[in-house]
Amino acid sequence: MPIRALTGNEAMAEAMRQINPDVVAAYPITPATEIVQLFASFVADGCVDTEFVTVESEHSAIAACIGASGAGARVMTSTSSQGLALMHELLYVAAGLRAPIVICEVNRTLSSPINIHCDHSDTMGSREAGWIQIFAEDAQEAYDLTLQAIKISEEVLLPIMISTDAFIISHCMQRVDMLEDSEVQKFIGPYKAAYSLFDKTITIGPLDLQDYYFEHKRQEIEAMWKTAPVIEKVAQEFASKFGRSYGLFEAYKTEDAEQVIVACGSTCGTTRVVIDNLREKGIKIGLLKLYAMRPFPHQKLKEVLSKAKLITVLDRSVSMSTMGGPVYIELRSALYDAPKHPLLVDYIYGLGGRDIDMDQITDIALKGEQIIKDNKVEKPVQYVGLRE
Amino acid sequence: MPSLKELSKNADLFTGGHRACSGCAGPIVIKQVLSVAGPQTIASLSTGCMEVVSTIYPYTAWNIPYIHVAFETAASALSGVEAAYQVLRRKGKVKGKWNLIAFSGDGGTYDIGFQGLSGAVERGHDFLYVCYNNEAYMNTGIQRSSATPRGAHTTTSPAGTVIPGKKQFHKNLVEVIAAHGAPYVAQAIPSNWADFTRKVRKALDTEGPTVIDILAPCPLGWRYPSNKTIEVARLAVECKFWPLYEVENGKYKLNYRPRKEVPVEEWLRLQGRFAHLFTPENEHIIKEIQEGVDRRWESLLEKCG
Amino acid sequence: MALSSWKELPIGTIITEPGNAREFKTGDWRSQRPIWDSEKCIHCLFCFIYCPDSSIKVNEEGKMTGIDLDYCKGCGICAEECPKEAIHMEIEKR
Repeated sequence: MPIRALTGNEAMAEAMRQINPDVVAAYPITPATEIVQLFASFVADGCVDTEFVTVESEHSAIAACIGASGAGARVMTSTSSQGLALMHELLYVAAGLRAPIVICEVNRTLSSPINIHCDHSDTMGSREAGWIQIFAEDAQEAYDLTLQAIKISEEVLLPIMISTDAFIISHCMQRVDMLEDSEVQKFIGPYKAAYSLFDKTITIGPLDLQDYYFEHKRQEIEAMWKTAPVIEKVAQEFASKFGRSYGLFEAYKTEDAEQVIVACGSTCGTTRVVIDNLREKGIKIGLLKLYAMRPFPHQKLKEVLSKAKLITVLDRSVSMSTMGGPVYIELRSALYDAPKHPLLVDYIYGLGGRDIDMDQITDIALKGEQIIKDNKVEKPVQYVGLRE
Repeated sequence: MPSLKELSKNADLFTGGHRACSGCAGPIVIKQVLSVAGPQTIASLSTGCMEVVSTIYPYTAWNIPYIHVAFETAASALSGVEAAYQVLRRKGKVKGKWNLIAFSGDGGTYDIGFQGLSGAVERGHDFLYVCYNNEAYMNTGIQRSSATPRGAHTTTSPAGTVIPGKKQFHKNLVEVIAAHGAPYVAQAIPSNWADFTRKVRKALDTEGPTVIDILAPCPLGWRYPSNKTIEVARLAVECKFWPLYEVENGKYKLNYRPRKEVPVEEWLRLQGRFAHLFTPENEHIIKEIQEGVDRRWESLLEKCG
Repeated sequence: MALSSWKELPIGTIITEPGNAREFKTGDWRSQRPIWDSEKCIHCLFCFIYCPDSSIKVNEEGKMTGIDLDYCKGCGICAEECPKEAIHMEIEKR
């Protein structure tokens, strides 16, 4: 299998090339632009059969994707930040129409103030749109998860976004084990649309009023319920074929851990090193890396996390509920009816691309040890790396 | 030119049982388009009157494949359908020739969907875009759009005591699309079905993006009796407010020249939305409208050579 | 009519029965009824091409055969546009 040095963007673009979708409609935006421009070069060089629609906005990108999907095509696009926000209205439409569209997303913060760097505000801002949302930690994961996304999305008929962290993953070069083109095609299989304008005389997107809207929304919720086992099934198939493990989340040294740090995206790599260092000092600490934000794996997380004494959440975005970040809020809710409640503390970090380092995470972990000793959380929501 | 007998063969592609208002021109436009296009056609609708009245779940008046995504997406969603059509045809997964037609009101065309239409035309997708232009946001209850004519009363350009109706002249969509270099752009009217169906045929036979802007009178918004829809349409052409012309690869052609001079006042008088202009203090607006119509007509004649 | 449960409906709000709006009769909206005089009719089909409600029945030979009152909303365009006054409107009585 080919080994390449690739950035996160290159890894996603390569995955798209190997998937060879029927239609890609996309618009450039920092820091996801490279995905689009690399794919354009694949089209220009005849490496793919894709019809590439160079739309005039992200809104039209996702509209064209929905149209193409309705016409029976396998469809992908890529975006970030303001682009995802501009798509917002149509994200709901794609999910409601049950269009299995894949977005290669790069997590970048949202204006204002304008800023091109990493946080998870964009993705988290669309977490109720009906899309499956999966976070990648590095370029390898971005590549592997993009391939899995096709299968997951097409089985449950919900759209999906795989996201990487702006610049930290999107622009950093890493070793990526790629599959052969033929292996990718064999893994994803040929596409057969659930419905298509060219196959049957159907009406897509009618006006759905009081008599039926609720039932159709319920179907969508059911599809999301069915997605968690499909994510695991596809991950197992991927692992058995290619040896790399995925799923709803990764539990790292959590078995006997008194404190579990929960994070998603690139920060998990840094956190893992901190965990290893602290373990050497005899501290019982683990990491839970969240792949799936939607569906939120609340049932399984309850099993894994309720054994710990403290859950320390690292949130790279905020919720204006003033109750902490979205991961913290979800977890708190998930653990509410757990047989045993661990303590919970949330650290908001890295907004607008501010770096977080090992010292800061070590400090958070050690503060956690104190919380366990005191059996008390003084301040449930705190900020890391912020000038007070 | 096909006869009405031939056009009647495709009568059931858009069925009765839709909930358009009595006397609405929208369904007349759709029927005239589909009578030419036939069953091998996909329709892309923007949110608006025709979308709302024709597809109230679980019913659809469409006997052809249909997609609606959102208000501003008639062209952009159809771009995606067209891209899928191209690639799936190459792969042998779609057989035969299909007509791809967008239907959108003036709000979805002149205003909120304008960028999507401009982008799609520039990219050169092979489709026909039909704007059924009722000159305001009728679906939400008669609000002004950039297609609303000068002086008209709408609920957001009301005939007040200080401001008597819409202050601005309407945008000229055909000119704007023609400036994109689209291979075929035309202005049409449902009262002249022969001219319109010929234009639809021509547009469908043209490779690349084609756009037809067709005036679609609205009894409710324009305030005239429902039986006068065709007459109001006809008079819009006779008074030169709505000239019938086409632009083929940049070449202008006037398709109909009214035989006698009809002042625009006659057309305005038929419609309650202009009733407030017929007072001594607002008469100057009628004069202004006439001057605007004359100016545009002269400019059109110059372009037609 | 009992409405389907969410488990029974096709996914994605797709309507799979084309043209089933025919099942929805709009004729009861009508306050005026068109009356067709077949003697005066020259089968020009102007009424057909201008009818917003697909209510003008035309046979295979291209002859008008009547008005479909299931859908006719009584707008009166047909009567207005008929060159031979073969259609007139009367107050609907039910």
